[in-house]
Amino acid sequence: MASDVLEKGGPRAHDVVPTFTVTLIVRRFDPEVDDEPRWVDYDLQMHGTDRVLDALHKIKWEIDGSLAFRRSCAHGVCGSDAMRINGRNRLACKTLLKDLDISKPIYIEALKGLPLEKDLIVDMEPFFDSFREVQPFLMASSKPKDGKERLQSSEERARFDDTTKCILCAACTSSCPVFWTDGQYFGPAAIVNAHRFIFDSRDEGSQVRMDILNDREGVWRCRTTFNCTDACPRGIQVTQAIAEVKQAIMRGKP
Amino acid sequence: MTVSIETPRAPRTVRRGGINWEKWGWIYMRVSGVALVVLIFGHLFVNLMIGHGVKALDFAFVGGKLSNPFWQWWDTLLLWLALIHGANGMRTITNDYARNNLVNLILKGAILAATIVLLILGTLVIFTFDPCPAGAAANLLPTFCSAG
Repeated sequence: MASDVLEKGGPRAHDVVPTFTVTLIVRRFDPEVDDEPRWVDYDLQMHGTDRVLDALHKIKWEIDGSLAFRRSCAHGVCGSDAMRINGRNRLACKTLLKDLDISKPIYIEALKGLPLEKDLIVDMEPFFDSFREVQPFLMASSKPKDGKERLQSSEERARFDDTTKCILCAACTSSCPVFWTDGQYFGPAAIVNAHRFIFDSRDEGSQVRMDILNDREGVWRCRTTFNCTDACPRGIQVTQAIAEVKQAIMRGKP
Repeated sequence: MTVSIETPRAPRTVRRGGINWEKWGWIYMRVSGVALVVLIFGHLFVNLMIGHGVKALDFAFVGGKLSNPFWQWWDTLLLWLALIHGANGMRTITNDYARNNLVNLILKGAILAATIVLLILGTLVIFTFDPCPAGAAANLLPTFCSAG
Protein backbone atom coordinates (compact mmCIF):
# COMPACT_ATOMS: atom_id res chain seq x y z
CA MET A 1 0.00 0.00 0.00
CA ALA A 2 2.70 2.43 1.02
CA SER A 3 5.49 1.71 -1.47
CA ASP A 4 4.42 4.14 -4.19
CA VAL A 5 3.60 6.88 -1.74
CA LEU A 6 6.77 6.81 0.30
CA GLU A 7 9.48 9.38 -0.07
CA LYS A 8 13.04 8.37 -0.84
CA GLY A 9 14.95 6.98 2.10
CA GLY A 10 12.81 3.95 2.77
CA PRO A 11 9.89 3.47 5.12
CA ARG A 12 9.97 5.19 8.47
CA ALA A 13 8.92 3.17 11.47
CA HIS A 14 5.54 4.77 11.97
CA ASP A 15 4.60 4.31 8.33
CA VAL A 16 4.67 0.56 8.61
CA VAL A 17 1.27 -0.54 9.74
CA PRO A 18 1.35 -4.16 10.85
CA THR A 19 -0.82 -6.50 8.84
CA PHE A 20 -2.56 -9.64 9.93
CA THR A 21 -4.91 -12.20 8.51
CA VAL A 22 -8.42 -12.08 9.78
CA THR A 23 -11.37 -14.34 9.05
CA LEU A 24 -14.75 -12.77 8.61
CA ILE A 25 -17.82 -14.98 8.65
CA VAL A 26 -20.65 -13.02 7.12
CA ARG A 27 -24.28 -14.05 7.21
CA ARG A 28 -25.26 -13.72 3.56
CA PHE A 29 -28.79 -13.75 2.24
CA ASP A 30 -29.89 -13.16 -1.32
CA PRO A 31 -33.70 -13.28 -1.41
CA GLU A 32 -33.67 -14.21 -5.11
CA VAL A 33 -31.56 -17.32 -4.56
CA ASP A 34 -31.55 -18.34 -0.90
CA ASP A 35 -34.36 -19.70 1.19
CA GLU A 36 -32.35 -19.31 4.37
CA PRO A 37 -29.41 -17.07 5.25
CA ARG A 38 -26.03 -18.83 5.08
CA TRP A 39 -22.68 -18.11 6.73
CA VAL A 40 -19.80 -17.43 4.32
CA ASP A 41 -16.09 -17.26 5.30
CA TYR A 42 -13.65 -14.68 3.98
CA ASP A 43 -9.92 -14.63 4.79
CA LEU A 44 -8.51 -11.13 4.50
CA GLN A 45 -5.13 -9.48 4.87
CA MET A 46 -5.86 -6.38 6.94
CA HIS A 47 -3.97 -3.59 8.70
CA GLY A 48 -4.01 -2.67 12.37
CA THR A 49 -5.69 0.61 11.49
CA ASP A 50 -8.56 -1.02 9.65
CA ARG A 51 -12.13 -1.11 10.80
CA VAL A 52 -14.75 -3.78 10.19
CA LEU A 53 -16.13 -1.52 7.48
CA ASP A 54 -12.77 -1.60 5.68
CA ALA A 55 -12.88 -5.39 5.77
CA LEU A 56 -16.37 -5.36 4.29
CA HIS A 57 -15.17 -2.96 1.59
CA LYS A 58 -12.30 -5.29 0.81
CA ILE A 59 -14.73 -8.17 0.36
CA LYS A 60 -17.06 -6.10 -1.79
CA TRP A 61 -14.37 -4.49 -3.92
CA GLU A 62 -11.93 -7.38 -4.30
CA ILE A 63 -13.67 -10.67 -3.61
CA ASP A 64 -17.43 -10.61 -4.08
CA GLY A 65 -19.15 -7.51 -5.42
CA SER A 66 -22.58 -8.88 -4.58
CA LEU A 67 -22.13 -8.34 -0.83
CA ALA A 68 -24.77 -5.81 0.21
CA PHE A 69 -24.48 -3.48 3.19
CA ARG A 70 -25.35 0.13 3.96
CA ARG A 71 -22.85 2.84 4.68
CA SER A 72 -22.80 6.52 3.96
CA CYS A 73 -20.36 8.72 5.84
CA ALA A 74 -18.19 5.86 7.13
CA HIS A 75 -17.18 7.97 10.14
CA GLY A 76 -19.72 7.12 12.80
CA VAL A 77 -22.09 10.01 12.19
CA CYS A 78 -24.74 8.91 9.70
CA GLY A 79 -25.76 5.71 11.47
CA SER A 80 -26.15 3.62 8.30
CA ASP A 81 -23.84 0.73 9.06
CA ALA A 82 -25.10 -0.61 12.36
CA MET A 83 -24.76 -4.38 12.33
CA ARG A 84 -24.25 -7.28 14.64
CA ILE A 85 -20.52 -7.91 15.08
CA ASN A 86 -19.59 -10.93 17.19
CA GLY A 87 -23.10 -10.89 18.61
CA ARG A 88 -23.11 -7.22 19.61
CA ASN A 89 -24.72 -4.33 17.80
CA ARG A 90 -22.04 -1.90 16.67
CA LEU A 91 -21.24 0.50 13.90
CA ALA A 92 -18.91 -1.22 11.43
CA CYS A 93 -17.15 2.11 10.84
CA LYS A 94 -16.37 2.62 14.54
CA THR A 95 -15.15 -0.90 15.32
CA LEU A 96 -11.43 -1.46 14.81
CA LEU A 97 -10.50 -5.00 13.85
CA LYS A 98 -7.61 -5.01 16.32
CA ASP A 99 -10.04 -4.34 19.18
CA LEU A 100 -11.83 -7.59 18.39
CA ASP A 101 -10.34 -11.00 19.06
CA ILE A 102 -8.72 -11.59 15.67
CA SER A 103 -7.34 -14.97 16.65
CA LYS A 104 -10.88 -16.18 16.13
CA PRO A 105 -13.23 -15.55 13.20
CA ILE A 106 -15.33 -12.41 13.39
CA TYR A 107 -19.03 -13.04 12.90
CA ILE A 108 -20.96 -10.35 11.08
CA GLU A 109 -24.70 -10.36 10.53
CA ALA A 110 -27.58 -7.98 10.02
CA LEU A 111 -29.44 -6.36 12.91
CA LYS A 112 -31.95 -8.63 14.64
CA GLY A 113 -35.60 -7.86 15.04
CA LEU A 114 -36.04 -6.01 11.75
CA PRO A 115 -36.99 -7.77 8.48
CA LEU A 116 -33.90 -8.98 6.60
CA GLU A 117 -33.76 -7.73 3.03
CA LYS A 118 -30.36 -8.76 1.74
CA ASP A 119 -27.05 -9.72 3.38
CA LEU A 120 -26.49 -7.01 6.00
CA ILE A 121 -29.40 -4.81 4.98
CA VAL A 122 -32.60 -4.80 7.01
CA ASP A 123 -35.88 -3.02 6.42
CA MET A 124 -35.67 0.05 8.67
CA GLU A 125 -39.27 1.16 8.09
CA PRO A 126 -40.75 -0.38 11.27
CA PHE A 127 -38.02 1.43 13.18
CA PHE A 128 -38.70 4.78 11.54
CA ASP A 129 -42.45 4.27 11.94
CA SER A 130 -42.16 4.21 15.71
CA PHE A 131 -39.74 7.16 15.52
CA ARG A 132 -42.39 9.14 13.61
CA GLU A 133 -45.08 8.15 16.07
CA VAL A 134 -43.51 10.07 18.94
CA GLN A 135 -43.67 13.26 16.82
CA PRO A 136 -39.97 14.08 16.98
CA PHE A 137 -40.13 17.75 16.04
CA LEU A 138 -40.41 20.97 17.97
CA MET A 139 -44.01 21.79 18.73
CA ALA A 140 -44.34 25.44 19.65
CA SER A 141 -47.40 27.46 18.80
CA SER A 142 -46.59 30.56 20.87
CA LYS A 143 -44.71 33.41 19.25
CA PRO A 144 -41.19 33.76 20.58
CA LYS A 145 -40.45 36.91 22.57
CA ASP A 146 -39.38 39.82 20.38
CA GLY A 147 -40.23 37.65 17.37
CA LYS A 148 -36.71 36.35 17.16
CA GLU A 149 -35.49 33.28 18.93
CA ARG A 150 -36.71 30.91 21.60
CA LEU A 151 -34.06 31.49 24.22
CA GLN A 152 -32.90 28.73 26.49
CA SER A 153 -30.40 28.71 29.33
CA SER A 154 -27.46 26.36 29.18
CA GLU A 155 -28.97 24.41 32.11
CA GLU A 156 -32.19 23.94 30.18
CA ARG A 157 -30.19 22.81 27.17
CA ALA A 158 -28.11 20.41 29.25
CA ARG A 159 -31.28 18.70 30.50
CA PHE A 160 -31.71 16.82 27.22
CA ASP A 161 -28.18 17.07 25.84
CA ASP A 162 -27.51 13.33 26.01
CA THR A 163 -30.48 12.38 23.87
CA THR A 164 -29.64 14.89 21.12
CA LYS A 165 -26.74 12.63 20.18
CA CYS A 166 -28.96 9.93 18.64
CA ILE A 167 -28.09 9.10 15.01
CA LEU A 168 -31.01 6.69 14.45
CA CYS A 169 -28.77 3.74 13.65
CA ALA A 170 -31.23 1.30 15.31
CA ALA A 171 -28.46 -0.43 17.28
CA CYS A 172 -30.37 0.09 20.53
CA THR A 173 -33.85 -0.79 19.32
CA SER A 174 -32.67 -3.94 17.56
CA SER A 175 -30.79 -5.06 20.69
CA CYS A 176 -33.89 -4.79 22.88
CA PRO A 177 -35.40 -8.17 23.82
CA VAL A 178 -38.84 -6.60 24.17
CA PHE A 179 -38.63 -5.22 20.63
CA TRP A 180 -37.66 -8.69 19.38
CA THR A 181 -40.81 -10.31 20.74
CA ASP A 182 -43.54 -8.82 18.57
CA GLY A 183 -42.22 -5.56 17.17
CA GLN A 184 -45.11 -3.60 18.70
CA TYR A 185 -42.99 -1.85 21.34
CA PHE A 186 -41.85 1.66 20.42
CA GLY A 187 -38.25 0.69 21.13
CA PRO A 188 -35.48 2.64 22.88
CA ALA A 189 -34.62 4.94 19.97
CA ALA A 190 -38.14 6.34 19.67
CA ILE A 191 -38.26 6.97 23.42
CA VAL A 192 -34.83 8.63 23.34
CA ASN A 193 -36.09 11.00 20.64
CA ALA A 194 -39.26 11.66 22.59
CA HIS A 195 -37.07 12.42 25.63
CA ARG A 196 -35.14 14.93 23.55
CA PHE A 197 -38.32 17.01 23.07
CA ILE A 198 -40.19 16.20 26.28
CA PHE A 199 -37.42 17.82 28.31
CA ASP A 200 -36.85 20.71 25.89
CA SER A 201 -38.02 23.91 27.58
CA ARG A 202 -38.99 25.42 24.19
CA ASP A 203 -41.33 22.61 23.30
CA GLU A 204 -45.05 22.66 24.06
CA GLY A 205 -45.98 19.17 22.96
CA SER A 206 -44.60 17.18 25.89
CA GLN A 207 -48.07 16.15 27.02
CA VAL A 208 -48.88 14.72 23.60
CA ARG A 209 -45.71 12.64 23.52
CA MET A 210 -46.15 11.45 27.09
CA ASP A 211 -49.71 10.36 26.24
CA ILE A 212 -48.35 8.42 23.28
CA LEU A 213 -45.70 6.72 25.40
CA ASN A 214 -48.15 6.02 28.22
CA ASP A 215 -49.69 3.51 25.86
CA ARG A 216 -49.87 -0.25 26.30
CA GLU A 217 -46.87 -0.60 23.97
CA GLY A 218 -45.14 2.45 25.43
CA VAL A 219 -42.49 2.96 28.08
CA TRP A 220 -44.04 0.49 30.52
CA ARG A 221 -42.89 -2.45 28.43
CA CYS A 222 -39.26 -1.52 29.12
CA ARG A 223 -37.69 -4.13 31.45
CA THR A 224 -34.56 -2.13 32.20
CA THR A 225 -32.21 -4.74 30.73
CA PHE A 226 -29.66 -2.10 29.67
CA ASN A 227 -29.08 -3.79 26.28
CA CYS A 228 -29.80 -0.46 24.61
CA THR A 229 -27.28 1.45 26.72
CA ASP A 230 -24.64 -1.19 25.94
CA ALA A 231 -25.41 -1.09 22.23
CA CYS A 232 -25.49 2.69 21.66
CA PRO A 233 -22.45 3.68 19.57
CA ARG A 234 -22.84 7.27 20.75
CA GLY A 235 -22.74 6.34 24.42
CA ILE A 236 -26.21 7.68 25.15
CA GLN A 237 -27.52 6.56 28.54
CA VAL A 238 -30.59 5.10 26.87
CA THR A 239 -32.02 3.20 29.80
CA GLN A 240 -31.69 6.27 31.99
CA ALA A 241 -33.52 8.37 29.40
CA ILE A 242 -36.35 5.83 29.33
CA ALA A 243 -36.49 5.86 33.14
CA GLU A 244 -36.71 9.68 33.08
CA VAL A 245 -39.62 9.49 30.65
CA LYS A 246 -41.34 6.99 32.97
CA GLN A 247 -40.84 9.39 35.88
CA ALA A 248 -42.20 12.28 33.82
CA ILE A 249 -45.29 10.29 32.86
CA MET A 250 -45.91 9.39 36.50
CA ARG A 251 -45.53 13.04 37.53
CA GLY A 252 -47.68 14.10 34.62
CA LYS A 253 -45.17 16.76 33.58
CA PRO A 254 -41.53 16.84 32.44
CA MET B 1 -37.68 34.87 11.67
CA THR B 2 -38.93 31.83 13.51
CA VAL B 3 -41.64 29.69 12.10
CA SER B 4 -44.48 28.71 14.36
CA ILE B 5 -45.65 25.20 13.77
CA GLU B 6 -49.36 24.78 14.17
CA THR B 7 -50.98 21.65 15.53
CA PRO B 8 -49.27 18.59 14.10
CA ARG B 9 -50.76 17.25 10.95
CA ALA B 10 -51.30 13.81 12.38
CA PRO B 11 -52.86 14.41 15.80
CA ARG B 12 -53.07 11.26 17.81
CA THR B 13 -56.16 10.27 19.70
CA VAL B 14 -55.46 10.71 23.38
CA ARG B 15 -55.93 7.53 25.32
CA ARG B 16 -59.45 7.08 26.58
CA GLY B 17 -60.01 7.45 30.30
CA GLY B 18 -59.98 4.67 32.81
CA ILE B 19 -57.14 3.13 34.74
CA ASN B 20 -53.86 2.71 32.93
CA TRP B 21 -53.16 -0.88 33.95
CA GLU B 22 -49.75 -1.06 32.31
CA LYS B 23 -48.57 1.95 34.30
CA TRP B 24 -49.94 0.69 37.60
CA GLY B 25 -48.60 -2.79 36.86
CA TRP B 26 -45.15 -1.28 36.40
CA ILE B 27 -45.43 0.77 39.61
CA TYR B 28 -46.65 -2.31 41.47
CA MET B 29 -43.61 -4.29 40.32
CA ARG B 30 -41.27 -1.57 41.59
CA VAL B 31 -42.99 -1.04 44.95
CA SER B 32 -43.59 -4.73 45.71
CA GLY B 33 -40.03 -5.50 44.59
CA VAL B 34 -38.59 -3.23 47.26
CA ALA B 35 -40.97 -4.58 49.91
CA LEU B 36 -40.15 -8.17 48.93
CA VAL B 37 -36.42 -7.64 49.40
CA VAL B 38 -37.10 -6.76 53.06
CA LEU B 39 -39.75 -9.44 53.58
CA ILE B 40 -37.82 -12.28 51.93
CA PHE B 41 -34.48 -11.54 53.55
CA GLY B 42 -36.20 -11.03 56.92
CA HIS B 43 -37.90 -14.40 56.43
CA LEU B 44 -34.64 -16.15 55.47
CA PHE B 45 -32.71 -14.50 58.30
CA VAL B 46 -35.20 -15.50 60.99
CA ASN B 47 -35.71 -19.03 59.66
CA LEU B 48 -32.18 -19.99 58.69
CA MET B 49 -29.67 -17.86 60.58
CA ILE B 50 -30.98 -16.89 64.01
CA GLY B 51 -30.63 -19.40 66.86
CA HIS B 52 -29.92 -22.96 65.75
CA GLY B 53 -30.14 -22.07 62.07
CA VAL B 54 -31.66 -24.44 59.58
CA LYS B 55 -31.60 -27.35 62.08
CA ALA B 56 -34.24 -25.60 64.16
CA LEU B 57 -36.79 -25.92 61.38
CA ASP B 58 -39.50 -28.40 62.26
CA PHE B 59 -43.23 -28.52 62.77
CA ALA B 60 -42.93 -26.90 66.18
CA PHE B 61 -40.90 -23.99 64.78
CA VAL B 62 -43.37 -23.33 61.97
CA GLY B 63 -46.34 -23.88 64.25
CA GLY B 64 -44.91 -21.42 66.73
CA LYS B 65 -44.35 -18.80 64.07
CA LEU B 66 -47.80 -19.18 62.55
CA SER B 67 -49.52 -18.68 65.88
CA ASN B 68 -47.87 -15.27 66.28
CA PRO B 69 -49.93 -12.46 64.65
CA PHE B 70 -46.75 -10.63 63.64
CA TRP B 71 -45.50 -13.57 61.57
CA GLN B 72 -48.99 -14.31 60.31
CA TRP B 73 -49.20 -10.87 58.78
CA TRP B 74 -45.56 -10.99 57.60
CA ASP B 75 -46.26 -14.24 55.76
CA THR B 76 -49.58 -12.98 54.39
CA LEU B 77 -47.89 -9.88 53.01
CA LEU B 78 -45.09 -12.02 51.60
CA LEU B 79 -47.58 -14.38 49.98
CA TRP B 80 -49.75 -11.71 48.35
CA LEU B 81 -46.96 -9.43 47.20
CA ALA B 82 -44.75 -12.24 45.86
CA LEU B 83 -47.51 -14.19 44.16
CA ILE B 84 -49.01 -11.17 42.41
CA HIS B 85 -45.52 -9.94 41.52
CA GLY B 86 -44.72 -13.31 39.95
CA ALA B 87 -48.09 -13.61 38.23
CA ASN B 88 -47.74 -10.15 36.73
CA GLY B 89 -44.31 -11.12 35.45
CA MET B 90 -45.77 -14.24 33.87
CA ARG B 91 -48.52 -12.13 32.32
CA THR B 92 -45.91 -9.85 30.76
CA ILE B 93 -43.99 -12.80 29.34
CA THR B 94 -47.23 -14.25 27.98
CA ASN B 95 -48.05 -10.96 26.28
CA ASP B 96 -44.56 -10.97 24.76
CA TYR B 97 -44.52 -14.48 23.38
CA ALA B 98 -48.05 -15.84 23.04
CA ARG B 99 -49.14 -14.00 19.91
CA ASN B 100 -52.10 -16.22 19.13
CA ASN B 101 -55.05 -14.48 20.81
CA LEU B 102 -56.67 -17.69 22.01
CA VAL B 103 -53.45 -19.14 23.43
CA ASN B 104 -52.69 -15.79 25.04
CA LEU B 105 -56.13 -15.70 26.67
CA ILE B 106 -55.93 -19.32 27.88
CA LEU B 107 -52.47 -18.84 29.39
CA LYS B 108 -53.41 -15.61 31.14
CA GLY B 109 -56.63 -17.22 32.38
CA ALA B 110 -54.62 -20.12 33.79
CA ILE B 111 -52.19 -17.73 35.51
CA LEU B 112 -55.08 -15.75 37.01
CA ALA B 113 -56.85 -18.90 38.21
CA ALA B 114 -53.69 -20.35 39.75
CA THR B 115 -52.94 -17.04 41.47
CA ILE B 116 -56.41 -16.72 42.97
CA VAL B 117 -56.50 -20.34 44.16
CA LEU B 118 -53.04 -20.10 45.73
CA LEU B 119 -53.81 -16.77 47.40
CA ILE B 120 -57.00 -18.09 48.98
CA LEU B 121 -55.43 -21.40 50.01
CA GLY B 122 -52.31 -19.75 51.40
CA THR B 123 -54.21 -17.12 53.35
CA LEU B 124 -56.54 -19.79 54.70
CA VAL B 125 -53.61 -21.89 55.90
CA ILE B 126 -51.86 -18.95 57.55
CA PHE B 127 -54.91 -17.91 59.58
CA THR B 128 -56.52 -21.28 60.33
CA PHE B 129 -53.37 -23.26 61.01
CA ASP B 130 -53.68 -25.35 64.16
CA PRO B 131 -50.26 -25.55 65.84
CA CYS B 132 -51.51 -28.13 68.38
CA PRO B 133 -53.31 -30.90 66.48
CA ALA B 134 -55.02 -33.34 68.84
CA GLY B 135 -53.29 -36.65 69.39
CA ALA B 136 -49.82 -35.60 68.22
CA ALA B 137 -46.71 -36.46 70.21
CA ALA B 138 -45.95 -33.57 72.59
CA ASN B 139 -42.24 -33.45 71.73
CA LEU B 140 -43.09 -32.51 68.13
CA LEU B 141 -45.33 -29.60 69.08
CA PRO B 142 -44.55 -26.02 70.13
CA THR B 143 -43.98 -25.72 73.89
CA PHE B 144 -47.10 -23.59 74.44
CA CYS B 145 -49.35 -26.52 73.44
CA SER B 146 -48.67 -28.49 76.61
CA ALA B 147 -48.60 -25.38 78.80
CA GLY B 148 -52.25 -24.51 78.01
